[in-house]
Amino acid sequence: MLKRWLSLSMIVVMTTLLWAASASVAAAKEVTIEYWQYYYESKVKLMTDLIKQFEQQNPGIRVEQKTFPYEQFNQKVAISVPAGTGPDVVNLYYGWVPKYVDGGYLQPLPADAFPASTIQKEFLPMVEAAKLNGQYWGLPTAVRALALFWNKDLFKEAGLDPNAPPQTWEQLQEYAIKLTKRDKNDQLVQEGYAWNADGQDNHVFIQVLLRQWGVTPFSPDNKQVLWNSKPGGYEAFQWWTDLAVKHRVGDPTFMGDYRTAFITGKAAMMIDGSFALGTLRDKAKNINWGVTTLPVRAANPSVRANVGSFWMNALTVNAKDEKRDAAIKFLRFLTSPEVMKVWMEKVGELPARSALTEDPALQKDPIYGPFLAGLKYAHATFFVDETSERQAIIDATNEVRLQGTNPKVALDRLVASEQKIRDEYFSNR
Amino acid sequence: MHLSLRQRKALWGYAFLALPLIFFLVVRIYPALSALNMSLHQWDVMSARKPFVGLRNFVELWHDQVFWKAALNTLLYVVISVPLELILGLLVAVTIQSVNRFRGFYRTIYFVPYITSTVAVSWVWRWMYFKNGGVFNQILLSLGLPAQSFLSGPEQALYCVTAVVVWQALGYYVVIFLAGLEMVPSMYKEAAKIDGASSWHVFRYVTLPLLNPTVVFLAVLGTINSLQIFTQIMNMTSGGYGQGDLGGPLNSTLSLVVYIYKQAFYRFQMGYASAITVVLFAIILVATLIELKVLSRRVEY
Repeated sequence: MLKRWLSLSMIVVMTTLLWAASASVAAAKEVTIEYWQYYYESKVKLMTDLIKQFEQQNPGIRVEQKTFPYEQFNQKVAISVPAGTGPDVVNLYYGWVPKYVDGGYLQPLPADAFPASTIQKEFLPMVEAAKLNGQYWGLPTAVRALALFWNKDLFKEAGLDPNAPPQTWEQLQEYAIKLTKRDKNDQLVQEGYAWNADGQDNHVFIQVLLRQWGVTPFSPDNKQVLWNSKPGGYEAFQWWTDLAVKHRVGDPTFMGDYRTAFITGKAAMMIDGSFALGTLRDKAKNINWGVTTLPVRAANPSVRANVGSFWMNALTVNAKDEKRDAAIKFLRFLTSPEVMKVWMEKVGELPARSALTEDPALQKDPIYGPFLAGLKYAHATFFVDETSERQAIIDATNEVRLQGTNPKVALDRLVASEQKIRDEYFSNR
Repeated sequence: MHLSLRQRKALWGYAFLALPLIFFLVVRIYPALSALNMSLHQWDVMSARKPFVGLRNFVELWHDQVFWKAALNTLLYVVISVPLELILGLLVAVTIQSVNRFRGFYRTIYFVPYITSTVAVSWVWRWMYFKNGGVFNQILLSLGLPAQSFLSGPEQALYCVTAVVVWQALGYYVVIFLAGLEMVPSMYKEAAKIDGASSWHVFRYVTLPLLNPTVVFLAVLGTINSLQIFTQIMNMTSGGYGQGDLGGPLNSTLSLVVYIYKQAFYRFQMGYASAITVVLFAIILVATLIELKVLSRRVEY
């Protein structure tokens, strides 16, 4: 009796041990990594599908996606990564790289999986903005660029060719004057150009106007603000503010903001990003709009420029050992041409690989074409404190517009405050 | 242990009081103390290092022109809105009290803005203030008057925001003043009338002094609310599809709380933002004490 009982219990113990052992072997084989991005519906949905695909291709790796509201995102990362509970792969705005690197949240991309020479050859030049201290700290799946939007019906109404948007800034100014309507009380009822400093135009000034007026906006190390280093800088600023002050083709508060003015058919032209396409498709259904590349200067037509920006995926310091290997695989997957293609179809953002942007079929697309063309010569500004830098530009244009300050004086003051922001940042380094 | 009925009752009382006390400690006192702690650090949300810097944030504030502009604006918000709210509130309350019919209707009309969402109110006013095509300028122009810049120029923007604050808060002042007026015993007023006092004299020397507790309450509350003005500015100068110019144009509408918000959630400088909250806390404390001291009068007949 006792013997039988003993053998029975032995069997039970043995099976339990075996089962436990096999379970732990399986557990050792499976790695779970965390991916974080801020909540944006179409991105989150697509990412869920992409993760399924990735897990099928890579058995043994599980990816958990976590999302947070945009406002909380940085704070969550800042609290979680040092505590070791945060993401292994994180999605961040390129402008945050200096702060994230300073904070010690990121590890540079490993040179063997992502050689610098391959990145330089295969990705758009703007991804250089993800480079700091000689290393890449992440890569984007998708990028954004700017283009000129115009309202074909308003062009026709003003006697302009609805299919011939301005090619030069001189034309843009001329058309904008024709397209601006005021009532008998001199009240603006239609903007020729949705002039603004708080939307995209401040980026256009830094990276497009200045370059086309012969000024490189920053020193190569990004420490010096060079906007007024040449007479061209003053001319560019004067030309830009003249549109609002002298020619009065637009007012930044008209209809609330520049995009609303365009969507409601009260502005004939605006410059906006590829990220505005969703809103336009959704809200500007009654408007017959077109997109074209940003204008050039008639006197200097060979210098094309555009403004790029992107959200990139990076490795955090949490990703160690087998988690790091899995995270690198996931990162390679996210920056693969296949994912970029789907991303453009589903989210509407432009691919970050040069080869894809040169696809002739895509180049011909009436909506994506102008943005893709712009990517080749797009520059991403290295910001140290984007809010303060943008505010300084808004204030400088307001001094000119509302207080009659001489544009030269305003630009000098603007450069001084931008330089101060940079000096403070770099002095702590 | 033997407790008397009274002691047991007291014990129960403390037990019930402990709950709100704990809540208060966790939700109010702890964050306030941690803000004080943060104000002594260089506390960048995204930086792993948050070094102790003593009073450096406060020294920096002292030299920060934008901070002084925000402080001056906040002072303007208070000294314009609080007296206006008190005077208009009392005026409307006395008028409503003097009518015999539809009193509830008038009271409701004045109270509706107060219970309407401040965000919605701010946006509707923002649209009415539009320089081009806004209702106010349409009216001015149809009367042959020149169009005004309203929110789009630094000269008027602060007053435009203040007007919305006063308009929205007025209903609350009216209701509280009406309650205060009901508390004034009619026998004093009647006695004064028999002695030959005019209705102005009755109001000035009988009603108003007896309303003093109500005035003090509303003045203190109004001052604290105005010192913390935020929502109206946020929604009247920022948002929409553009990035907006929060607190603009040219910082003309920037209040201390808006400046705190910009430092904390646009620039992630929590230490600097906390330093401003500490200063704001001190201002509110001092302003409240002064008001209580200056305005409170014991009146007995």
